[in-house]
Amino acid sequence: MSKFLTASIGRKFIMSISGLFLVMFLAVHLSVNLLLIFDDSGELFNIAAHFMVTNPLIRIVEPLLGLGFLVHIIWSFFLEYQNWKARPVKYNQKNPAVASTWTSRNMLVLGALVLVFLIIHIINFYWVIRFTGGVQEITINGEHMEDTYSLVAGLFKTSVIYDIIYVLGGILLGFHLSHGFWSAFHTLGLSNKQWMSRLQIIGKIYAVIIAVGFSIIPLYFLIKF
Amino acid sequence: MADKILKKLNIKVWRQNNAQDKGRFETYTIENISTGSSFLEMLDILNNNLIEEGKDPIAFDHDCREGICGTCSLFINGRAHGPDTEVTTCQLHMRKFKDGETITIEPWRAAAFPVIKDLVVDRTAFEKILQAGGYISVNTGGVPDANAIPISHEDAEESMDAASCIGCGACVAACKNSSAMLFVSAKVAHLAKLPQGKVEAKSRARKMVAKMDELGFGGCTNTGACEVECPKSISITNIARLNREYLTARFSE
Repeated sequence: MSKFLTASIGRKFIMSISGLFLVMFLAVHLSVNLLLIFDDSGELFNIAAHFMVTNPLIRIVEPLLGLGFLVHIIWSFFLEYQNWKARPVKYNQKNPAVASTWTSRNMLVLGALVLVFLIIHIINFYWVIRFTGGVQEITINGEHMEDTYSLVAGLFKTSVIYDIIYVLGGILLGFHLSHGFWSAFHTLGLSNKQWMSRLQIIGKIYAVIIAVGFSIIPLYFLIKF
Repeated sequence: MADKILKKLNIKVWRQNNAQDKGRFETYTIENISTGSSFLEMLDILNNNLIEEGKDPIAFDHDCREGICGTCSLFINGRAHGPDTEVTTCQLHMRKFKDGETITIEPWRAAAFPVIKDLVVDRTAFEKILQAGGYISVNTGGVPDANAIPISHEDAEESMDAASCIGCGACVAACKNSSAMLFVSAKVAHLAKLPQGKVEAKSRARKMVAKMDELGFGGCTNTGACEVECPKSISITNIARLNREYLTARFSE
């Protein structure tokens, strides 16, 4: 096993598996978040958020998700260092745009920017909801729960800067996924002549859905309120 | 119709006396180059001039000059084998350049391909990867009847496509990670597709990848630059196959 984890393909296997796990998480995250813009009373979102916090299955998956993030981030820096070492003397003149996309060459840059966004995002919401307890309580259908809707809507309605940060976060994530999605399948060997282009197209569509889906939420609050 | 003449070119080229030397760029001027001449012929002319001036000619690799031996290398104007597609440097023509242009020539850059002199790099690493498993050791017996082992047309074609790799190293040179995955995957795929090669497919993938890692090549991030710069257009779908072979080999152990 240790041999597998130090082999280049073994390491990338870890990147792919953790990446695809995060891809699944994003789909769930976006579905819940879109409730923010479909019900201005906030009830729907609050019920969904409450369900996520109290559901035992989600509670079990949460630490796993944290681990997924950590592995994906730490491994990426480790891998990039290995790859950087493979070319000690750099080229004087490079013309890489002819042969590959900027996104595919700068996954670490995009990932690092997404990480910065992720930290801001955690401080804004997750930290407040779970630890500092700065969220007001409300009662919906006789059940006490945190008013997560007001927390999110409050931030997006009042701060244009945060709106911009969240739109940028969504777009950066989209670019990261536009290469990462199909690349993960390719690394796992789940690709061939027919499926490579199909996966690339599915990955692009998924990237657009994620980017637009997440960006539209702060914009909705900014424009409507 | 006579070929046009490039009146003047500036050749900015990497000069390095030996493996230990730090190396530097030097710029030479060359005049009256026919657009019909190949890139290597242009270098031959430049070297003639240098010899006449009593200077050390530029060392570069070349052999068949037919685009099939994989010997010529050169990173020209920021691209492996220069500004043409699906060609080796010997098949690159001067018509791809403009009069008065400065052409930058560098050797392949990779930890696994150390520079020996000027533009010549040591590509023994590829041989070592092949020696680690890029062969068939099963006993195939005498010459069988041509139709004794049926192979589908598709498999034969895919295998031949992968086998067209000439081991030039452009994939490593073009890759931002200096990864040899396209080379290794072509060798693994071309054998794994055929009945005789299938027998050792798993151990072959494992051994060749282990050797590739040991020699200091980087990992693959699927940018696809190798496929674009490959003179034989070897597809990166071979890399997916190598990943598949390697992972199944690892998990079945």
